[in-house]
Amino acid sequence: MEFKDYYATLGVQRSATQDEIKRAYRKLARKFHPDVSKEADAESRFKDVAEAHEALIDPERRAAYDDISQRHARGETFEPPPGWDSGFEFSGRGGAGPGGQQAPSAEDFSAFFESIFGRGGPGARPAAGGRRQAPGSDHHAKVMIDLEDSYRGARRTISLRVPVVDLQGHVSLHDRQLEVNIPPGVREGQHLRLAGQGGPGHGGEPAGDLYLEIALKPHPQFRVDGRDVYVDLPVSPWEAALGATVAAPTPSGEVHLTIPAGSTQGRKLRLKGRGLPGKPPGDLYAVLTLTLPRAGSDAAQAAYTALRAAFPDYDPRVAQEG
Amino acid sequence: MADNSSDVIDAVIVEEEIVFSLSGLCQAAGASPAQVLSLVDEGVLQPDGDAPQQWAFTGPSLRATRTALRLNADLALGTAGAALVLDLLEEIAALRARLRRAGLE
Repeated sequence: MEFKDYYATLGVQRSATQDEIKRAYRKLARKFHPDVSKEADAESRFKDVAEAHEALIDPERRAAYDDISQRHARGETFEPPPGWDSGFEFSGRGGAGPGGQQAPSAEDFSAFFESIFGRGGPGARPAAGGRRQAPGSDHHAKVMIDLEDSYRGARRTISLRVPVVDLQGHVSLHDRQLEVNIPPGVREGQHLRLAGQGGPGHGGEPAGDLYLEIALKPHPQFRVDGRDVYVDLPVSPWEAALGATVAAPTPSGEVHLTIPAGSTQGRKLRLKGRGLPGKPPGDLYAVLTLTLPRAGSDAAQAAYTALRAAFPDYDPRVAQEG
Repeated sequence: MADNSSDVIDAVIVEEEIVFSLSGLCQAAGASPAQVLSLVDEGVLQPDGDAPQQWAFTGPSLRATRTALRLNADLALGTAGAALVLDLLEEIAALRARLRRAGLE
């Protein structure tokens, strides 16, 4: 198990005050919060930061962590023997914010964190034990699908790791597989509801629902904007100038597309209804990208020379009419 | 936990097909009624219906509620601060979409 330096994660000295720890956490949390950050690894960085904060902001946990990290620094193993923590009394105050909102990643704290503090996070509260009658809670997870899945719909097997609390209040992670029909037309950031697949109900109450938040895998060719899809379509100067019919890729297969004569760089050709399906379906835009052939051969050079002769007044640095 | 792993589950797109009651939204988003009420007060959520018992929230309310709660809990923004961040996030998303359409991103 990897030793985690929580002070380094937050960028504070080991002697930092609780206020300094809080300030460092807030600053990093704003930087890496997955809802606001565009950093590539924001989600995992935020988890690290939140875990470090969770460990250090509570004086009891911090004292326990400091003890272990001192032994670690002396070269001793940091993995605590069973019962080592009997000298520390955890009041069981989890990271639940005001109003009982779950800490962001409580279920996902590292094995290192759990080896020291147990699954003390609010996500692991053995609430199941004493409940009399209550409907199951709704669960949330993220899934990543391909653009093609959204076009056609897809059947996907989704693996979830869910914490399960037994009668003694012990928590373990269970792998759970679900086979799901993904309806066509689902878009980035939307949610799928799987009725009755959330947490189990108690006392005869129904199970909760499972919500899957959709992320679209970035596609090497197509850009997605809501329901609309964009694709760059390379064309030669003469295809753009004289018009042509060319094959254009779409996520639902190749189509033939008429390039109007007199087209210019960046012109968008709309294929109505060829975007993501839905009511109404989105559109597909082919964005013309002019490419120039190399003047590699004598014939090609002659052609460019003739072109120059044909446009004696053309100055590309001066805006052209139309 | 129901083990339906052999069955194929039909998923429903929340944003397009689901309307939440107040209690339904609380259940789905893991929110308390008071939290949802404060988001309605801030104008983040705009339910149809006059009284809370008749409120009907559109599907996208789920995402807005969850994001606001996360921002509130993780960054201690308060409801008004979270509402402002949601507005700004929407604006940034619109600007990014324009960049993407222009092929600049």
